[in-house]
Amino acid sequence: MSNSIKTLAVAGSLAAALSAHGATPAAAQEAKEKCYGVALAGQNDCAAGPGTTCAGTSKVDYQGNAWKLVPAGTCTTMELPDGRTGSLEPLDRDLPRG
Amino acid sequence: MRQADFRAALLDPSRPHPPGLTDPQGRPAGRRFNVYRNNVTVSLVEALKTAFPVLRKLVGEEFFAAMALEHVRAHPPRSPLLMLYGTDMPDFLARFPPVSHLPYLPDIARLELALRESYHAADATPVAPDRLAAIPPQDLANIRLRLAPALRLVRSDWPIHAIWVANMKEAPPPRTVTAQDILILRPEFDPEPHLLPQGAAPFIAALAEGKTIGTALDAAGDFDLNATFALLVSGGAIIDIATETSA
Amino acid sequence: MLDRQTEPGLPPAPGVGYKPQHFTALMQDPGPVRWLEIHAENYMGEGGRPIAQLRHLAERFPISVHGVGLSIGGEGPLDRDHLDRLRRLCDWLQPASFSEHLAWSTHDAEFLNDLLPLPYTEETLARVCAHVDEVQTRLGRKMLLENPSVYLDFAESNLGEIEFLSEIASRTGCGLLLDVNNVHVSCTNRQTDARDYIDRFPIDLVGEIHLGGHDEDVDDAGAPLLIDSHAHPVVDPVWQLYERTISRAGPLATLIEWDNDVPDWPVLADEAERAARILDRVTA
Repeated sequence: MSNSIKTLAVAGSLAAALSAHGATPAAAQEAKEKCYGVALAGQNDCAAGPGTTCAGTSKVDYQGNAWKLVPAGTCTTMELPDGRTGSLEPLDRDLPRG
Repeated sequence: MRQADFRAALLDPSRPHPPGLTDPQGRPAGRRFNVYRNNVTVSLVEALKTAFPVLRKLVGEEFFAAMALEHVRAHPPRSPLLMLYGTDMPDFLARFPPVSHLPYLPDIARLELALRESYHAADATPVAPDRLAAIPPQDLANIRLRLAPALRLVRSDWPIHAIWVANMKEAPPPRTVTAQDILILRPEFDPEPHLLPQGAAPFIAALAEGKTIGTALDAAGDFDLNATFALLVSGGAIIDIATETSA
Repeated sequence: MLDRQTEPGLPPAPGVGYKPQHFTALMQDPGPVRWLEIHAENYMGEGGRPIAQLRHLAERFPISVHGVGLSIGGEGPLDRDHLDRLRRLCDWLQPASFSEHLAWSTHDAEFLNDLLPLPYTEETLARVCAHVDEVQTRLGRKMLLENPSVYLDFAESNLGEIEFLSEIASRTGCGLLLDVNNVHVSCTNRQTDARDYIDRFPIDLVGEIHLGGHDEDVDDAGAPLLIDSHAHPVVDPVWQLYERTISRAGPLATLIEWDNDVPDWPVLADEAERAARILDRVTA
């Protein structure tokens, strides 16, 4: 594509985006309303952790024999392209070459 | 007491307690020292649970907690700002043998880190639409677009957008392994990961580096320009424009 | 040493530790709550909803900035970048109060996210005083230093905690934040008398009170071991110590801290209401 054709394409895309969006900047009151949305919890605090767990003293070593846990979340239920189920293993033929 | 000894025993439960710590009768502190061990590890594991909700769902709560404990001990925070704790997680996952069969996890971690960065990024007002509309078409190639500080680009060889949506919005999981790039936009206060049209990522990356639209187009191959500009405009991603004075 | 100037300070009334889930309630009807405390480190981002909410809250409430990451008791130098972040926050917000802890949390640039204990000796006293001086100079304001919850003793300590805190205030001009739950927790854990601690505390230096809940455990010998979890209501013995404190000191800004298992707003407002009733009764 030549540069002029590219810029024409950009002009068209930009115009389409602007007309679809039709945005007006948010009013001050509206901006204030947005503050009422769900905020993530702050992660720093000055409390101690619960005293009843013993995570601090547990020794779990994945390099030794002690690590017996396996991932057990949603990752195990995905289907692969060829119909197998299980983890999302990489398949060379499906991978895009970067 | 040296704080180095205290710190070493906090994060390594196989080490003995530092000397000179006692109960009120002068006996060794014992469980009393373990309170600090618990506080440090539990609070940092909690911080990682908060930071990586999708990773947590992917590997399950029990596995994540145990893995996070390993991560905490290997990579304690380097800053008191826990909101940004976890930047080592992608590399940690890539080298953690029990998840070696889930090679997309590091990219999911990168996505979750980028969402959090976006959440805390500086506010910015989108450029007025009429300023964009007023640019003469022949000038567009030489325009630089300033993008919102909350914009993040996450590229992946894996279907990370589909995985994110499946876990956060209860959509079905991806059925095929495809490369997906994500553009995170935060028009107000809530970052949203958008699936970027295939091939658009180099264009966005070049714009973010301050390249002109023309140069950014040259950096990319063919991609859906309409969809890309629709994302940028609707997501309030363009906050200023600058015209290149001809060199 | 900083001059002990008169500052506007916090109102001698109940406040709460701010949690984002209480934003709407606080903006609509804060009940007995007259001021808010924030953890400084949660507001060191560049923007977004946390900063926007804080801007709105600061228009309605006096704000206390409570640092949890400065590591004033650390062996190493203070983190200058972090001190600069604190200064930017305070310069913008102009809080009614700034406070931090007698504790350490950073070692060799690693942040351990707990308020770790230090022995009380002439050496650690000099170090803490130098750090408090540096904070007050850098921020250009007086700070309050909080008594910690402790779970063990140091064989090398040869100064008492009250003596240690008093001496820091005397050398640096800083004020003190008296956490009454921490007094109860530490005195139980050290098997000493909490009422005696309150009676001997240099009450004229206190600029703010903290109240919070704790967990209960036991040590290896089966002795009670209380843990400062901020996950429960304030217990009766702590309310009694609080009343004893206010009877000595007169009304003081009083914070309800609840950081883990944070309850719905009415539960927290009830705790603040209970503090308000004690403040009223003692003042009357």
